[in-house]
Formats: sequence, C-alpha cells, structure tokens
Amino acid sequence: MATDIKNTPQPILLTDADPVEGSYLTALKEFFLEVARLTRFTGRFFREVVKPPYELNMIIKQCYSLGYKSFPLIAITGFIMGLVLTIQSRPTLADFGAVSWLPAMVAISIVREIGPVIAALIFAGKVGSGIGAELASMKVTEQIDAMEVSGMNPFKYLVVTKVVSATLMLPVLVIAADAIALGGAYIGCNLQGAVNDHLFFLDVFQKLSFSDIYPATIKTFFFGFFIGIIGCYKGYYSKQGTEGVGIAANSAVVIGSLAVFIIDMIAVQVTSMFN
Amino acid sequence: MGEIIAEIDHLKKSFDGNAVLTDINLKIAKGENLVVFGKSGSGKSVLIKCMVGLEEPDGGNVILFGKNIADLNSDQLNQIRKKVGFLFQSAALYDSMTVRENLEFPLRDIKSMSKDEKDALVVEALANVSLENAMNKMPSELSGGMRKRVGLARTLILKPEIMLYDEPTTGLDPITSKEISNLILEVQQKYNTSSIIITHDVECAQITANRMVIIKNGLCFAEGTFDELSNSKDEWVRSFFTKA
Repeated sequence: MATDIKNTPQPILLTDADPVEGSYLTALKEFFLEVARLTRFTGRFFREVVKPPYELNMIIKQCYSLGYKSFPLIAITGFIMGLVLTIQSRPTLADFGAVSWLPAMVAISIVREIGPVIAALIFAGKVGSGIGAELASMKVTEQIDAMEVSGMNPFKYLVVTKVVSATLMLPVLVIAADAIALGGAYIGCNLQGAVNDHLFFLDVFQKLSFSDIYPATIKTFFFGFFIGIIGCYKGYYSKQGTEGVGIAANSAVVIGSLAVFIIDMIAVQVTSMFN
Repeated sequence: MGEIIAEIDHLKKSFDGNAVLTDINLKIAKGENLVVFGKSGSGKSVLIKCMVGLEEPDGGNVILFGKNIADLNSDQLNQIRKKVGFLFQSAALYDSMTVRENLEFPLRDIKSMSKDEKDALVVEALANVSLENAMNKMPSELSGGMRKRVGLARTLILKPEIMLYDEPTTGLDPITSKEISNLILEVQQKYNTSSIIITHDVECAQITANRMVIIKNGLCFAEGTFDELSNSKDEWVRSFFTKA
C-alpha cells in the first residue's frame, strides 16, 4: 500500500537562530530530499517496467506523440546547425589553408557532440515540458487519483510508457538530426564554393569512425531516459493548483537540460578513458 | 443495521499538525446510503480519500469487505478498489480520451471479457445516465452535469459494491442537482450498492439519505435520519439545515 499513497516527505523546517544560515541549510536539505525522492521514483520505474502487463499499445502511441511529432522541430534545428557551423568554421579554416578539412571537421563535431546535445536540449524543451505539464494537470484535476481508485496502475500507464518512449525515441531523432545536419553542412559548403556531393560525403565518412558514432548514440539513450523520468517526476508530484502545472513544466525543462550536460560530461570522461 | 460492508474505526488524520479527523467511527450496511454533512474543511472528503488509500490515515483502521486496507499490498488494494466506485467533485474525466474511452479505461485489465462485451457494458452504463448520444464526445464538449453523469457511469461500469460520492451536486443548477440526486438513488436501488455521499446540499441529502452523519471538530457530532437531524434539539445541527 505504501507505494500507492502520495505521502511525499514534507520539507524539514529548521529552527536555526541565523535565518540566512537556516535558509541555506533548508535549501540544501530540500535538495537532498528531492534527489532521494527522484531516486525512489526511478527505482519504482525499474520495478514497474519489468512487471507485466506491458503497455505496448500505449508505448507505441507515446513514441508517435513524443518522437514523430518532435521530428519537424529536430529536423529544422539539425539543418540550421549544420549550415551555420559550416559557414562559421570556414573562415577560420581558410586562414590556416585547411578548407579541405571542413566536411570532416563539421561531421565529427556534429556526430560526436553538437548533434546529440542540441537535439537533446530541444527534446527536453518540447517533450520534457510537455510531460511535466500533462501529468501535473492530470494531478491537479484528480485524473491520476481517478485512475488509482479504479484499481488501475497510473504509474505504469503514464510514467513507464512515457519514459520508455522518450528513451527509445531520442536516439532515433538524434541520428535523423545528424543526417539532416550533414545535409545542411553540404549546402553550407556549396554556398561559398562548389563542392561535389560525392566528394563531400566521401570525405565525411572517411574521417568518421564507429568510435565517433557508438558512444554518441549510447549517451542519447541516457539523455532520453533522464529527460523522461525528470518530466514525469515533476508532473506526478506537482503541488496542487494551476501554478503547480507551470512550475512542473518549467522545472522539467531546466533540470532535464542540466541533466543532459551532466550526462554529457560523464560520457566524455568515460569515452576518453576507453580511448 | 444489516450486513456491515465498510467500517471506519477511530480514524485520525492531520495535515501539517492540524488535526482534521480526530476520532471518526462509522459503519455502513449493505445497500445503505449514508450522507456525511459538515462545514467546509471539516474533513469530509479526507474521510473518503482515506477509505480508498488516496490519503494515509495517521491512526485508526478502515475495514472494507472485512479487510483492513492498511494490511494490504498494492495488488490486493487494487482488487478492493475495483469494488469501490469514487465520483470526484470535478468528475475527473480523462480529458485526452473520448467518453467511450473514459468508460472503457477501467475495463482494460479484464482479459476475460471480449470487446463486444465491453462495448455492451459501455452502452449500458451510458444508458443508465441517459447519455447514449455523448459516447464519442470529448470531456471538454460536455456540460458540468453531463461530466458528473459520465463520471458516475465510469464508476458504475465495474459494478461497485460501495459508491463514494464527493460533493456530487456542487456547482450544478438546482434542476441538474436534483437529477444527480435521483440518479444516486436509482443506482442504490438498481445495484443495491452502499454509498457514502459527501455533500452540503440539503435537498440531495433529503433525497438520498437513509442515514446521516454530521462531522464537527473531527468527530461524528450527530447521527440520525434526515428528519431526526433536521429537527434536532441541538441548535447548531438544526441551524446547519436551515442555513443551507
């Protein structure tokens, strides 16, 4: 029964003599409590995800909603990213007489770092906030409570399906964004000098190796998972009232984006260790 | 009093140190409509939320169908919950689903039932609340009274043995309120359900109540039939009725 009852721990009030010191301590304590709650929430996700029944139809529906519907935004961002990066990098490379390195340099930058991170940040902004706002509004209007009292498992139906879909869809979107960004880079190269498409892509794929692609793709699963779980957590435990919906959406984006950078930093360290 | 189907024993609940329910004791018999009256903030809604595990009591026991819900794991609790219908004050319809999908949702886990059987149940539940034509509408297209009726149909679809109504007539005009009150009475008579009805509406109480309880200061302050309480010697109890 304990898992069904929403007994989120209340903030601990300190009776410190110094109000400033007290507020810092309270904030610090609240931060660790929040981390503990998020960890417990994530633990519940892993327990529920392996437990039947599996909501496959809902996962497919969520993949369409979170993935397919995000594609146009990610595609436009990817295209502009490739185009701008190429145009901006060209003069610097030209100074060193290394314009021939432009396709390879842009491709490696996009595939290893810029593509996954920018796509993940866009995903956090669109999908993370959407999940946070949707669940918070369901919470405020007692829809989640209604699911619980009808004997259904709202955690499995709402949280597990969204997190699984976000985890699966972001890598696909990143691969698409990378490909479209390379198209943008090709156009960028041709804006300031004619480059044969065969030559451009030959140069790109000669310089790109699997060790560029694998780690970059693997980390996007983690990006997607954390964007999904943070959005769900913020929405599922939002406080009552319409104000809570806005706060949940906003904090889902902010914390989700921060998580992307932290995971990226860890991924770079781990990849460097193996290299 | 006949067979006891639900029992609340010394229930206590407080929020941030403010005691809302201090010692509530209630018994509900099979087929009985119990109306719970009380001022706003007296803990009436908290009482029924404790009954279905949406709020965790600080003390006391809630016994449904002979089982103490505090001793149940989540699967066992969900089995009990399927026998308890809960109509929320806002109806709590799933706003991304049509009326039909809202009604089908509680049936998702019933694998032994074919799609045709589920469709028949949906049609029957909507017919019970006279909303057959609203099947493909979205909740946003419904009026307040229609939303309440769809909410009621959604809870009735699992044929619950206990119904919990959280202010079923709040926010509705007098005519629609009377329709909802009559619907509650029909549900009791048709399905022999036991009900706890949380309300401020005297007319709703008069139509639906077999027995009434008034909560004051976290306790069951007065108990009796509608006539007994409305003619009570206690001025506060009596004034409650006349003021309302």
